[in-house]
Amino acid sequence: MDDRRAARAAAKRRRARRGAATATVSTVLVVVLVVWLIGSSPGWPDVRETFFSWEAFRTSFPEVLSGFWLDVKLFVIVELCVLVLGLVVALVRTTTSPALFPLRAFAAAYVDVFRGIPVILLVYLVGFGVPALAFEGAPSDPVFLGGVALTASYTAYVAEVYRAGIDSVHGSQRQAALAVGLTQGQAMRFVILPQAVRRVVPPLLNDFISLQKDVALVAILGPLEAFRVAQIEAASTFNYTPLLAAAMLYLCVTIPMARLVDVVQRRSRAA
Amino acid sequence: MTPVVEVRGVTKAYGDKPVLRGIDLAVHEHQAVALIGASGSGKSTLLRCIDLLDEIDDGDVLLDGEVITDPSVRPDRVRRRLGMVFQGYNLFPHLTVLQNIVLAPVRAHGTDREEARARALELLDRFGLADRAGDKPDRLSGGQQQRVAIVRALATRPRALLLDEVTSALDPELVGEVLALVRDLKVDGMTMILATHEMSFAAEVADEICFLHEGLIVERGAPERLFEAPEREETRRFLRRLLEAKRL
Repeated sequence: MDDRRAARAAAKRRRARRGAATATVSTVLVVVLVVWLIGSSPGWPDVRETFFSWEAFRTSFPEVLSGFWLDVKLFVIVELCVLVLGLVVALVRTTTSPALFPLRAFAAAYVDVFRGIPVILLVYLVGFGVPALAFEGAPSDPVFLGGVALTASYTAYVAEVYRAGIDSVHGSQRQAALAVGLTQGQAMRFVILPQAVRRVVPPLLNDFISLQKDVALVAILGPLEAFRVAQIEAASTFNYTPLLAAAMLYLCVTIPMARLVDVVQRRSRAA
Repeated sequence: MTPVVEVRGVTKAYGDKPVLRGIDLAVHEHQAVALIGASGSGKSTLLRCIDLLDEIDDGDVLLDGEVITDPSVRPDRVRRRLGMVFQGYNLFPHLTVLQNIVLAPVRAHGTDREEARARALELLDRFGLADRAGDKPDRLSGGQQQRVAIVRALATRPRALLLDEVTSALDPELVGEVLALVRDLKVDGMTMILATHEMSFAAEVADEICFLHEGLIVERGAPERLFEAPEREETRRFLRRLLEAKRL
């Protein structure tokens, strides 16, 4: 018995070792092949000079980085606004009182419209449209207007995520909450919403990864954020390396966020 | 004396399917009434209507002599005076056992948090659950979860407890601990209405058995009388079928 057990364990170890070896070899092979393919392409020397110039990277990086702070600030503020406003829209949509019908209809229309317009279009419309109205005291700061456009678009998405979470909490939970004597509002606040929010953390974080990238869209309104700075640098030096520097900076925030999503998802599956 | 819970001519239909067809029932202080009958006979619906979780079509439900099925009565105020326990426990999974129990006293009754905690711990202790106070419900067995659900219903000192087939979702070996708790409550003098499939248990704790058939209480009486000498053909058939099922 013990012999067979040891033999099984040994076989299992062998399998694991062989698997790891195969994975390593195939990875190395693919990488070598890709590098060789790109390196042997006729245009590679030019591409290396215009996209991977260390010199251009070094000189442009500080400027791009300082532009990137604007992106960071913008998405932190927009994220917070979206979290709150999305919840408000979702809650409005879950109400049932007839008196609130206009509000409910408005929330539904809002989600339909703003989820259906490309973000870039929305940035254009708000960024150039609102100042064009020439209202007294109307905001004209492009960063602010870009932030408003992003908030409007992402609030629509996030409201739907929240709503899906609220719908996913089984009706028996609401029943039990009412049965102990809570009001409808208290049942939502203390019983349904806490469970709903826990369930939608992974999809919420996913939406925030895409928001982190989409802040670059305010570049079209002119403020000097990372992408815009990189564009200007690239245009003045005829070298595209600054764009690569900007891309790296975006990855620096999106990849940790993606890992966080993985962790949260694994944990919620375990629970 | 005014009954604690009184049901007068209550009817209820889901769509065009009648579920309750004129129920009359009075439950006095310290009395336990068991509702028996086949699935779909209306037992659960009747309990849900009393707790205002379902809306009745006709008739009245009274709590301590006050009509609670009047539209001007706020349902949450009524439910605070009643305790309801469900077949599927329905504990709040994101809260610990203790938090499950104190939520209603603190939020709905405005009880001081410390006082509510003390009362909850006392109840948990009494029913042998004190060591689970800090656990989330999914760490507990079905029997423990159902006992916690009963404690949660008791925490607000309800006038009556409505128990909706509280052992039906449990593994057979866990039924006993839940029934023992209900037995204790009966000894305490808790007013109870229980829908159940456990006939011997109903016979033991209930002062009166009501046999429901197709939305009507077709026969009622003291357990000895109803189980030993059922008068109605429907009752006899139901009890015979249960007996046959047990023999298999």
